[in-house]
Amino acid sequence: MEPATRLDHNHQLSLKDFPYIIRWRDDRCKRCGNCTAVCPVKAIEPTVKVQRIVQSEGPVPTPSAVRRVVHVVEQVTDIERYCTGCGACTLVCPNEAIEPEYNPQNKFLHYKNRGGEGYKRGGRRNDPSVSTLDRLKFTRISMLTDPALDAGRHEFHVRTLLGRVLPPDELPLKSVNGKLVVDKGNGKFIPPVREIFPIMIGSMSVGALSPPMWEGLAMGVAYLNEIEGIPVVMCTGEGGVPPRLLKSKYLKYFIIQIASGYFGWDEIIHALPDMIEDPAAIEIKYGQGAKPGDGGLLMAQKVLKLIASIRGVPQFVDLASPPTHQTKYSIEEAVAKMIQSMSMAWGFRVPVYPKISGTKTARAVLNNLARNPYAAALSIDGEDGGTGAAYNVSMDKMGHPIASNIRECYLDLVKQGKQNELPLIAAGGIAKKGNLAANAAALIMLGASAVAVGKYIMQATANCFGDEYNRCNICNTGKCPRGITTQDPKLYRRLDPDKVAERVIEVFKSANVELKKIFAPMGRSTELPIGMSDGLSIDDKAMAERLEISYVC
Amino acid sequence: MCRLAAITSKKYFSPIENILSIETMKEGYDGSGLGLTLKDLGGEFKDLKEYPVLSGICSKKGKEILDDYMYRIGFRLKYEWNPKIRPVKGIVTRDYYFAKAYEYPKSHRDQPINAKEDLLMNTRLSLRKIGESDESIFVFSFYPDVITIKEVGDPIQLADFFGLDRNGLKAKIIFAQGRQNTNYSIYLYACHPFFIQGYCSMTNGENTAFVPIREFLTSRGFPGYNGYNSDSEVFTHILHYTARQLGWPLTYYKDVITPLKVSEIETREDRDALRLIKHSLRPLCIDGPNVVIGFTPGGTCFMAHDSKKLRPGVVGGIKGKYALMSEECGLDTTIPKRDKSKDIFPMKYDMVIVEPQAEEVKVWNQQQGWTTIISSH
Repeated sequence: MEPATRLDHNHQLSLKDFPYIIRWRDDRCKRCGNCTAVCPVKAIEPTVKVQRIVQSEGPVPTPSAVRRVVHVVEQVTDIERYCTGCGACTLVCPNEAIEPEYNPQNKFLHYKNRGGEGYKRGGRRNDPSVSTLDRLKFTRISMLTDPALDAGRHEFHVRTLLGRVLPPDELPLKSVNGKLVVDKGNGKFIPPVREIFPIMIGSMSVGALSPPMWEGLAMGVAYLNEIEGIPVVMCTGEGGVPPRLLKSKYLKYFIIQIASGYFGWDEIIHALPDMIEDPAAIEIKYGQGAKPGDGGLLMAQKVLKLIASIRGVPQFVDLASPPTHQTKYSIEEAVAKMIQSMSMAWGFRVPVYPKISGTKTARAVLNNLARNPYAAALSIDGEDGGTGAAYNVSMDKMGHPIASNIRECYLDLVKQGKQNELPLIAAGGIAKKGNLAANAAALIMLGASAVAVGKYIMQATANCFGDEYNRCNICNTGKCPRGITTQDPKLYRRLDPDKVAERVIEVFKSANVELKKIFAPMGRSTELPIGMSDGLSIDDKAMAERLEISYVC
Repeated sequence: MCRLAAITSKKYFSPIENILSIETMKEGYDGSGLGLTLKDLGGEFKDLKEYPVLSGICSKKGKEILDDYMYRIGFRLKYEWNPKIRPVKGIVTRDYYFAKAYEYPKSHRDQPINAKEDLLMNTRLSLRKIGESDESIFVFSFYPDVITIKEVGDPIQLADFFGLDRNGLKAKIIFAQGRQNTNYSIYLYACHPFFIQGYCSMTNGENTAFVPIREFLTSRGFPGYNGYNSDSEVFTHILHYTARQLGWPLTYYKDVITPLKVSEIETREDRDALRLIKHSLRPLCIDGPNVVIGFTPGGTCFMAHDSKKLRPGVVGGIKGKYALMSEECGLDTTIPKRDKSKDIFPMKYDMVIVEPQAEEVKVWNQQQGWTTIISSH
């Protein structure tokens, strides 16, 4: 029979079951306690242990066993306090004595459902494989028969259009003395169109993001527009807009999102008379790539005073947006009405477009929008998109990859001759491996007019720890160790909004240069090469066939 | 890179002039094709101006099919021209080269010109479809007062082959292209100039924006926007689309293929219209490297570049005869006794327009408007 002491450990997990194992070096540690203090999930703790060691101190070996009390740093085996691998401990350790190590044999998902509650997290799909976007190559290189352009010397126009574009045969033009003039008496509605940089910052709400993070992004965007002349726009996400921004001249750089919870919209509508600029656009969120079928969720611990006032809700309550718009009956009726209502609120001067999650049914949505003259675009968010909070199963298993979704939608528009009328915005997994410009250019050449990026922006501008191995990914808990997705002042004071803004500017300036470096050898400079699929290839025959591009090896 | 020689004149002249000018630009082509389009015909066709002329090549079998088809749909042969072929080493002689003038079917004789143009184009497209797979029928143009000749080979040898110097074929506007095959196949339908419903153009260089432009054109629902065995065919179709289908003045062709920047548009009187055009025809913007030389149904010839002027061209001549060339040496051969100081090297914003009968040459600038008008020498 087993002794009782052994059986006592039977229901405990072993460190081998955990996704990250802390490697702590006794010989380097000076016991300062920084690591245990900084750990956002309390996965490590200082412990006192009794050690039995054999020592010999005399000129001749005289081994003797002694017992000593030692201080160690130990990883706990409580699944609720699992090490997320964020590495904040390594960051603060003065002696490089501690670091988490990924454990590929972990059985984390076998256990992370205590209390009958499925595992929830932030971040994006945990899939470290090479994405389709990263397999696409630019293979049509101009050289001698069609000279390559010079990215440093030639003039480039890396801009796209956001908004419904009238087909040429519907333009209200008439010829007067050899010149075309707009026929004002024609009565034709000319939809609003914005000329923007083709990479936009995707929807991340005030609330999901900490005040310094959101402020940093907003400052960076304003600087890019006002000083650098790069017209980057940013989507607010569902969570309202800071009141001062609503009434400022910078509102024109922001796309305001409305989603199923309508958070913040009472304040936005009331601010309408005081707005001195129109927003860049209105995005109606119907779905999100990271968690199709799930609504937005802001946990109670993140709903502090500022957030409550911007969103128009009480403090410290869970803010769940329903998975669908409760008023939604059909795309022909309710969606069309919502697009029209939003358009009407700004006197039809602002493009209004829906955002959906990547899906096999995207073309059905697209075809309805193609017939709606007020629909300004369609944004499709692929399965690799990020979120602040969702069920792991939604993030890892639900959704549709963006590449083929965008391609089939574009080709569908080509069939109808409407490829230039309804812009497609692609999102979800762009720059997953850091290749922002390349992924954006590939999607543009597959047919997207613009791309939206969220998670990469957090990583590149604020050093978010998240990766495809479930590192950190605790955005939902309000315990973000970088201060990006938290409303806790103790955590967000770690983040300097000026540094975030600086990084936003650096990211977009370099993306601007890299896009030119891609387009120049392909001989394109004056317009964005939307749908220039002859420039793309892939090293997989099935993918090439699906995307209707060439196969190379 | 292909070589281009366009001549427009008050008097009828022989296409051998274009060929000789192409010959001086010889290092620029490789014998992968010669295309000739003649407009405002003289010689044997001088008195047949209102009759549509079908130009092409057939096999023996193809000839029977073609004649039968044309008869069945009501066209009646009015006049036929066939070159007297002189076999030349290296040029594969095909069975039957022809330019046939027809009377319109009775049903169309009193129809407006647009309906006649649609009939002619659809007939050409049907013939092309019938004979394309087995190469039994090639048809290049079907339009009143226009003949097109195309064949694979060296231009000067082809001139001998077709007997261009002795057969009396003449016109007032003749476009010629010596083709340098690059990334598209050696194929008769890939030879410039391209023609559709009175609009014609030829181009050198490649067109890096080809695929989005092709997709835009083919999705207009217009049956004539097909083919595209060469990426340059889209230039002709953009011309046709903007001028005929949309009814815009010719200068807007330049604004479509090389749109101004937003800040530049603001300086134009027609800025409100230009902004809409820039957005609406965004997929038709080219990036070159190209010089485009074209003519319209009215006989106006023009030259325009891509916005970086990566393929420069030149226009020069004397009153009553002007040439639009890809190289100046070609111009020197065609019109040596001209005032060279008045040669026009169009800049990136320019479109050179030569009026019919070569009476007047004008330069239209996207920013400045009409800048140069030369009407006498």
